[in-house]
Amino acid sequence: MSALVVVRRVVTPVVFGVLFLLAWQLFVDVRKIPRYLLPSPSAIGEQVSENAADIVGSAWASGRNALIGLLLGVVAALLAAVIGMWIPLLQRLLAPLASAVAAMPIVALAPVLSIMFSATSDLPRRIIVAIVAFFPVFVTTIRGLSRIDPVHAELMHSYAAGSWATTRVVRLPGAVPYVFNGIRVAASLAVISAVVAEYFGGLQSGVGSRITSAASNTAYARAWAYVVAAIVLGLVFYLAALGVERLATRGRTAENP
Amino acid sequence: MSSLAPSPEDPAVSMTRVEKVFDSGRSGAVTALTGVDLAVAPGEFVSLIGPSGCGKSTLLRLVADLETATAGTVAVFGKSAHQARLDQDYGIAFQSAGLLPWRTVRANVELPLELRKVPRGRRRERSDELLAMVGLADFSAARPHQLSGGMQQRVAIARALAEQPRLLLMDEPFGALDEMTRERMQSELLAICERTGCAVIFVTHSIPEAVYLSDRVVVMSPRPGRITEIVPVSLGERDEDTREDAAFFSAVTAVREALRGHPDHSAHHASSTVRGVDLR
Repeated sequence: MSALVVVRRVVTPVVFGVLFLLAWQLFVDVRKIPRYLLPSPSAIGEQVSENAADIVGSAWASGRNALIGLLLGVVAALLAAVIGMWIPLLQRLLAPLASAVAAMPIVALAPVLSIMFSATSDLPRRIIVAIVAFFPVFVTTIRGLSRIDPVHAELMHSYAAGSWATTRVVRLPGAVPYVFNGIRVAASLAVISAVVAEYFGGLQSGVGSRITSAASNTAYARAWAYVVAAIVLGLVFYLAALGVERLATRGRTAENP
Repeated sequence: MSSLAPSPEDPAVSMTRVEKVFDSGRSGAVTALTGVDLAVAPGEFVSLIGPSGCGKSTLLRLVADLETATAGTVAVFGKSAHQARLDQDYGIAFQSAGLLPWRTVRANVELPLELRKVPRGRRRERSDELLAMVGLADFSAARPHQLSGGMQQRVAIARALAEQPRLLLMDEPFGALDEMTRERMQSELLAICERTGCAVIFVTHSIPEAVYLSDRVVVMSPRPGRITEIVPVSLGERDEDTREDAAFFSAVTAVREALRGHPDHSAHHASSTVRGVDLR
């Protein structure tokens, strides 16, 4: 990275972020905004350091749910996409179902699943995350698998390769960038849905339940502190997915979707 | 099945009264090829040339069993084109190198061997040989996108030769390369053919390329696609001086005239009938 790129990619957003926080602090102090309306960054910062241990613990709980749910959703999506490619009829049946699942708001599902399973279980949240993560991965994988360079297809035909060999040698590796693209989208959604799912009762272990309980105790700065934790968690997931994607598609040209 | 085993007397390719109609039986039926008779001897280099739509690629694809003839017979080393494909009797290269971008150069060359379950050690030996032959021994660990177009095409040729086929089918393999690279690749291809002794069917729209490479140039014309003339070329051993040889130019002229249909056609008419053919 040249100095100019470092300035543009790193320094600029950091400076902007610091200025934004300063402006926020000034606005709250000068205009005497009541704390229940908008706590100042310094008040939120205090809460973060005061509750550091619990923030890490609750972020870990939510993060674990998000990760397990994400993995379940990804595996299910990959299986469904590969099976769907083999059996076109199944794909025609699965596609609208997947769309219906994607259109279903998690707010509608969370309370139902919480009742279905015991309130002391993390399972309903993981299921919700899995359902949310399923769709983007399923759609991008189907797209990746169905796209095959005609020259590669003819080549495999000329080698008298069967459809499984073509899938293994050409389609699956060709779909890799698409799959990881879907996983990157799903990773962010996983954290959001893991946190939001906690708003609807059940186990009081994660960031989402901390936010609701702090807010209902009018401890708004503390609620914001957990919101910060949720943001950091989301970023960690996004960056991890991005890193895995880069790793999996390294050495390729600009053929990524 | 000893009756299907290739015998030395069998021609590499033998086509008899071959016809290919696309969308046959429907209102939009297109006759791509009609009345094609062609035999290619083992070790012979034959080029197919003609304007767009003359069916030269279709002819090649019939031999490769990527298309099926509507009528007539296509035999490759005495067996059906279908059986020849199943037996991997030919290697094929297209205008686009068609390398798998996620595989290294070596893994690309080994692909056909891998599909045939050739053991790893033997595969490696063979890919070493082939990469040395196309002058890419130092690039075995590179990815395709790190190579130039000419180098990618050399990898594709090495891949086509992986199973030591006695027939090489090439569909405008140098079409996307610049003139300098193209001439170098032509010389390299001839050297490779010399070494391997395989027969080649080579589709091109460049007259000098066809003449330089071939023992015979098959001239085709469109609507419907058919063979109009077969021009024998006898230039002997090719080298860089061959391209400036009088015999080379007279062969180029012979092919050009065959493409025009008649030796004394007006230039204007000629340019309209041979659209798509590179007259350089």
